[in-house]
Amino acid sequence: MRGRTIFLVGFVLAVLGSAAAWAADTAAVRIGAVLAVTGPAANLGLPESRTLQMLVDDANRTGGIAGRKVELIIKDSQGSAEKAVSFAKQLVEEERVLAIIGPTTSGESMKLKGYVEENETIMISCAAAEAIVNPVAKWVFKVPQMDSFAARMIYSTMKRMGISRVGVVASNTGFGQGGKAQLEKLAPEYGITIASSEVYDASASDFTGVLTKVKGQGVQALVNWSVEPAQSIIPKNMKQTGFDVPLFQSHGFGNIRYVEAAGKAAEGIIFPCGRLLVADKLPADHPQKRVLEGYKKEYEEKFKDEVSTFGGHAYDAFLILSDAITRAGSIEPGAVRDAIEQTRGLVGTAGIFNFSPTDHNGLTMDAFEMLTVRNGQFALLGK
Amino acid sequence: MSRSAARNIPLLAFAALGACVPVALSALKADFYLTQLTMSAWYTMVALGLCLLMGYAGQVSMGHAGFFSIGGYTAAVIATAGMPSWLSVPAGVAAAALIAFLVGIPVLRLKGHYLAMATLAFGFIVSRIILGTPLLGQADGISDIPAYHLVAGLAISGRRALRVQNFYLAWAVVFVGLVAAMNLVRSRSGRALRAIRGDEDAAAASGIDVARHKLAVFVLSAVYAGLAGACIAHFNGGIGPGEAGIMKSVRYVALVAAGGMANLWGTLGVSAVLTFLSLRGAFGLYDDAVFGALLVGIMLFAPSGVFTLIRKRVLGR
Amino acid sequence: MGAAQILQYLLSGVTTGSIYAIVGIGFTIIYNATGIINFAQGEFLMLGGMIAISLHGFLPLPQAIALAVVATGLCGVGVQLVFLSWLRRPDILRMIIITIGLSILIREAALHVWDEKVHALVYWTGDETSSLAVLGARISPQLLWVLGACALMVASLTLFFRYTLTGKAMRACASNATAARLCGIRLPWLVTLSFFLAAAMGALAGCVVSPMTQTQYDMGTSLAVKGFTCAVLGGLGSVGGAVAAGILVGVLESASISVLPLAFKDVVALTIMLAILLVRPQGLFAAIGRKTGPL
Repeated sequence: MRGRTIFLVGFVLAVLGSAAAWAADTAAVRIGAVLAVTGPAANLGLPESRTLQMLVDDANRTGGIAGRKVELIIKDSQGSAEKAVSFAKQLVEEERVLAIIGPTTSGESMKLKGYVEENETIMISCAAAEAIVNPVAKWVFKVPQMDSFAARMIYSTMKRMGISRVGVVASNTGFGQGGKAQLEKLAPEYGITIASSEVYDASASDFTGVLTKVKGQGVQALVNWSVEPAQSIIPKNMKQTGFDVPLFQSHGFGNIRYVEAAGKAAEGIIFPCGRLLVADKLPADHPQKRVLEGYKKEYEEKFKDEVSTFGGHAYDAFLILSDAITRAGSIEPGAVRDAIEQTRGLVGTAGIFNFSPTDHNGLTMDAFEMLTVRNGQFALLGK
Repeated sequence: MSRSAARNIPLLAFAALGACVPVALSALKADFYLTQLTMSAWYTMVALGLCLLMGYAGQVSMGHAGFFSIGGYTAAVIATAGMPSWLSVPAGVAAAALIAFLVGIPVLRLKGHYLAMATLAFGFIVSRIILGTPLLGQADGISDIPAYHLVAGLAISGRRALRVQNFYLAWAVVFVGLVAAMNLVRSRSGRALRAIRGDEDAAAASGIDVARHKLAVFVLSAVYAGLAGACIAHFNGGIGPGEAGIMKSVRYVALVAAGGMANLWGTLGVSAVLTFLSLRGAFGLYDDAVFGALLVGIMLFAPSGVFTLIRKRVLGR
Repeated sequence: MGAAQILQYLLSGVTTGSIYAIVGIGFTIIYNATGIINFAQGEFLMLGGMIAISLHGFLPLPQAIALAVVATGLCGVGVQLVFLSWLRRPDILRMIIITIGLSILIREAALHVWDEKVHALVYWTGDETSSLAVLGARISPQLLWVLGACALMVASLTLFFRYTLTGKAMRACASNATAARLCGIRLPWLVTLSFFLAAAMGALAGCVVSPMTQTQYDMGTSLAVKGFTCAVLGGLGSVGGAVAAGILVGVLESASISVLPLAFKDVVALTIMLAILLVRPQGLFAAIGRKTGPL
């Protein structure tokens, strides 16, 4: 009797043990995401969260990442720092995720940088600010192109157009301020004088006053740096106040909705952007063409909504992570992190990623094209 | 049993409950809950202060997130600018108190809609100044705020190793805040405040210095908020402009209203639970909607708070 | 600074100011009939704009706007009937909290009904690039529509309150509800009507400014703060005062831009409002308000 009990207990333990071992071998990949799905940054966070959910569903339908199921936990931070901190801790300590995708905004990303570093969790930020990966933190990566690349692209285009005296307006968000700082820093290098530099509130809806102020400085061009509706109000206000100089915007303008909202006033706006928006206009042999058209088609069919570069950031983050997991052959955080750092020539929506221990963004200036608006559509500048 | 002993029973129970929580959670291997429990303690401090002001003195403040962020941002600037590190929290509290004093003198002369509007405008101004000032990090806020070292290894910090002591620390502060508030409410001044809430002219006629009492409780509630802001800035290692938003001020009002206005225990309970759930993302995409619905629902059906409603409907008392 | 530039600032101020004024009028109408400050007033603008934009998908512009105005008016009636009508003698604090809660609910509902993106109604005349020269300054023709709508509202409200029986009854309720009831004025109907008027006027404002300022689900809060600022400055309850205060605040904001960083625009307006509130709690134009009742 007693012998049988011992045998039974032993048998059960053995079964459980092997089941556990088997489970560990093909354990699901747990990915957390902290995104501003609602709130003031929702126009960034919502496409990110939709894209991520879409990609995870796709992956699970086709056998997961390297044979592992993917479990995705999306937390809506509403763009506020304290929620991002709370959710990140929850994801790391409670849900024990392998990596955090996001946050959406620079401010939130900076709040998490120290925490994920200390807790050795991978974070792939979808925010643009340079400070996220400069100085480089071991566990922190980011996918959007650098602000400085965008500023350089704008300035070299201006040089070609013979523009040397400009006005700068930027929103008071992290994105606007990051861009403004780069514009101010790089101006001397390109021989450009910033005659007037203004910051406006993200929710502002009339800019005729500030445009009057900048116009009074006799500038040859205006640069606006924001991700807010201001991007389509400013061009209207410029036309209405007879401020007839070229308008340059940041890569935040990469959303056809802003062109629609600005209507005719959007014609001729020049801005640097990833190639997602002009996927159909790329030559057939362009390395990014297949990825871009694939994502664009799937997203637009699924959500009946135009694709935006922000959703593309989540696409890239997931792509980088799943590529690294496949190459690492495990979901041990250190191994996956090392694999991300070794990523070479990975074609994403923002560009072609080449990470290294000193470069946690992995993109070059080549990731940008200068675009313009022609007949209500995005078009490659000068083509 | 004497009355004072009877009064102390809930406090003792509260303290015992607080002491047991980390032990129970660690036995259940769920000590990750401590992070959000600690955060909700700090936000509950704001609600307690506002409860004194709104519930007992009858003065509405739609701008308490302003005082919270004045405390938080002051502490954050001092802690990250290389000034003596012990200064950050006291300076945060002092700044909130000072500004409450300066703003309170003129603003508290107003009543009703005008007071609501003036405090709302105050909160709006604070939020706009934060968003417009590079020193305060504008929309990015301030990051990399170091731990705040108290005595002997005790520190306000979000580090995983310090989770348990931070839980005790935060709830101990709430406990002290609660006891202080209860004593105030029971004191002569507390009776004066209730008289002011009932009818200011009558209170003044019976010899109460209305302006001084209102100002004092306004400053006290700002101290609660400023302390909470300063401590949570250290606990989170950062602070963002979202803390100063109008929605945050509205939330504090919602917590006090749901708690039953002049009900410190109610405010404490509602705030601890709802803030905890919100910080865990329990309401998903409907976080703001939940608080909106709460405000409307409570004010329509249970203006004296959820607990009174439960007592009346369920217990029939 | 040249004269043309000063004029440009002035016109910019008048543009924003007239938007604030229209929101302020909405506050005033409801306050006059009920003594309630309806913090959801800004949301009526948003609703009006959003509904008109959706309807314009398959209706001509005038019909779309008219329908949006009526629909939003009915929303206002709904809000009043469902949430507010059955409250007996609610205190001020309670009413403030309820309307703030309602504004959050309307906003969140709009987020889920429409989306988080910006929308804009087409220009009523001309398009985005049209511009009129006025003494060397340039304005959008839409600004004339905004000013026209503002003037129309003030004129029709003035006539309504002064010369119609219903308008007079509403003023009577405002000055003394009990006495009004004793005279046989049916109070509940008037309160519902005031919500219809305020919401409809908000919706019209939302439609007329949408081409210029665009419409987004969360635009209501800051408009409500500004609109209330103007209502208070104009001496709560006075339509003319609200308009004058609106234009004044707009122009002051615009003037502040020429000397201060743009980010502090709102701070300027609200600080002035606080200062005036403290010196003259009865509002800037209170003398006018007192002479003519709600006007």
